Amino acid sequence: MAVTSPPLPSPSVTTGRSRRHRLRWFQHSIVHVLLICGTILMLIPLAWMISTSLKPVGDVYLFPPKWIPDPIQFQNYVEAVNTIPFLRYFTNTAFVTIMVIVGKTLSVTLVAFAFARLQWWGRDVLFVVMLSALMLPPHITLIPQFVLFKQLGWIDTFLPLIVPDFFGGPFLTFLTRQFFLTIPRDLDDAARIDGCSSFGVYWRIILPLSKPVIIAVIILVFNNTWNEFLHALIYLQSQANFTLSLGLRMFQGEASTSWHLLMAASLLSMLPVLLLFFIAQRYFIQGIVFTGVKA
Amino acid sequence: MIASFIIAFTEWDLVSPAKWVGLQNFRELLADPLVWQALKVTTIYAFTSIPLSIAIGLLLAMLMNTKIRGLRLYRTAFYLPSVLSGVAVALLWRWLFSPEFGLINLFLAQLGIQGPSWLGDEDWALPSLIGMSLWSVGAGTIIYLAGLQGIPTDLYEAGEVDGATGWARFRFITLPMMTPVLFFQLVTGIIVALQVFTQSFIMTRGGPNDATLFVLLYMYRNAFEYLRMGFASTLAWVLFAYILVLTLLVFRSSAVWVYYEGEVRR
Repeated sequence: MAVTSPPLPSPSVTTGRSRRHRLRWFQHSIVHVLLICGTILMLIPLAWMISTSLKPVGDVYLFPPKWIPDPIQFQNYVEAVNTIPFLRYFTNTAFVTIMVIVGKTLSVTLVAFAFARLQWWGRDVLFVVMLSALMLPPHITLIPQFVLFKQLGWIDTFLPLIVPDFFGGPFLTFLTRQFFLTIPRDLDDAARIDGCSSFGVYWRIILPLSKPVIIAVIILVFNNTWNEFLHALIYLQSQANFTLSLGLRMFQGEASTSWHLLMAASLLSMLPVLLLFFIAQRYFIQGIVFTGVKA
Repeated sequence: MIASFIIAFTEWDLVSPAKWVGLQNFRELLADPLVWQALKVTTIYAFTSIPLSIAIGLLLAMLMNTKIRGLRLYRTAFYLPSVLSGVAVALLWRWLFSPEFGLINLFLAQLGIQGPSWLGDEDWALPSLIGMSLWSVGAGTIIYLAGLQGIPTDLYEAGEVDGATGWARFRFITLPMMTPVLFFQLVTGIIVALQVFTQSFIMTRGGPNDATLFVLLYMYRNAFEYLRMGFASTLAWVLFAYILVLTLLVFRSSAVWVYYEGEVRR
């Protein structure tokens, strides 16, 4: 970069500095005002949700709206949980989510390891095939997958929601492979000289060194699976098998006027995601910067 | 995937065996006005929500990138809504948009304005969903913020020495340096926006009068409500082709507007 122009002649130093100081202060105030307005706008929906969920029925439809519920009715939550088999839906969702996380993390890291570290015939060809699968939108396999699972007799079980995730996924595999490539190969070699098998290298060397990417993968998968709707809608039929998404949807049909209960149930269903967000915000941000996708 | 391609040429309700019908599904598809409606809805959604969320996201990131205090708090507040998704969020927004008691219309009523019935109004339903999609601009903001922080400060210093004003600094330093990030966001944005489903299914059921009939929703109906597996598969391929064409266009155009630092040396 060629800097050709001479430094700007500085005016009387003191007034210049204080003026610049004031200008800077002024700019910062404007930025703060804008950001605070934006923050309020962003948080209002959630605040309204919490407010609605704690109101007595009569106050839900007041004009002008009341922000602070009086009295605060925690009882709404009890009622919401009892109106639908909430606990059942919750455990179903938790089961599916945990299984998917385990399956996806294991398969994705294993495949990524094979792509990043092992030499085998056809590896590069398969890698290109996988990259092209990245371009493929998931909806295109929706129908044949449904037909397949129907023939297997897996309709109305959790299997269609879980088993595909034990076969990895192109995007996360790609991401993980890229991370593995940054780990120095000398470590592998040293381990091998000490008698480590390929699996040993994967399990003892690569995985422990890949915490950031693994946490990012887990958070991404957790969030997606917890909120998943379309597949659950297609595959689950009996109410006992419903996940929270389906349960909430049914609740909406039954009780479309009791918004206070609906908001209480919705808020409860968001709770795990919210909790995880506040505990692991750093990793959320790391993950999103890493992958460029929102969770 | 191959199976999906084959099913596209059949007429099949899953009960009786599939019947080979050749190109008939494609012919029906072209003649079906709802297919065009679905494509129109999806296109309008994509072409408004993506540019809006990129513009607002970038603006927010630039505001946050001014070495202000409380950055972490702002970042958390803006990012929080975008980690929430799915049915619960759709329900929340249905409540906010509710014509009589929804917060938005209550607020407008306090200003003396009679708000429309949003999701129930043919003209407002789609804009409502677009507005709702902006609730998650925070994810983009985080990415842009990381990108902005990666721009070397000596570029700005050089600009200042050369007398570049605020706008010129944005136009000739910030924007070019951010194009790779914007490009990536554009591509993923297209793929996500063309596959909207939950919102329309939960909040409007495609209505009113098919004003929010997204392609994926129409495909779902054909496959799992009308049991027209063949027709739905054809629709899936049409949507895929559409995504592909748009993405290719973006990729092609990227040579003109995306700037990679490494390229200069060539």
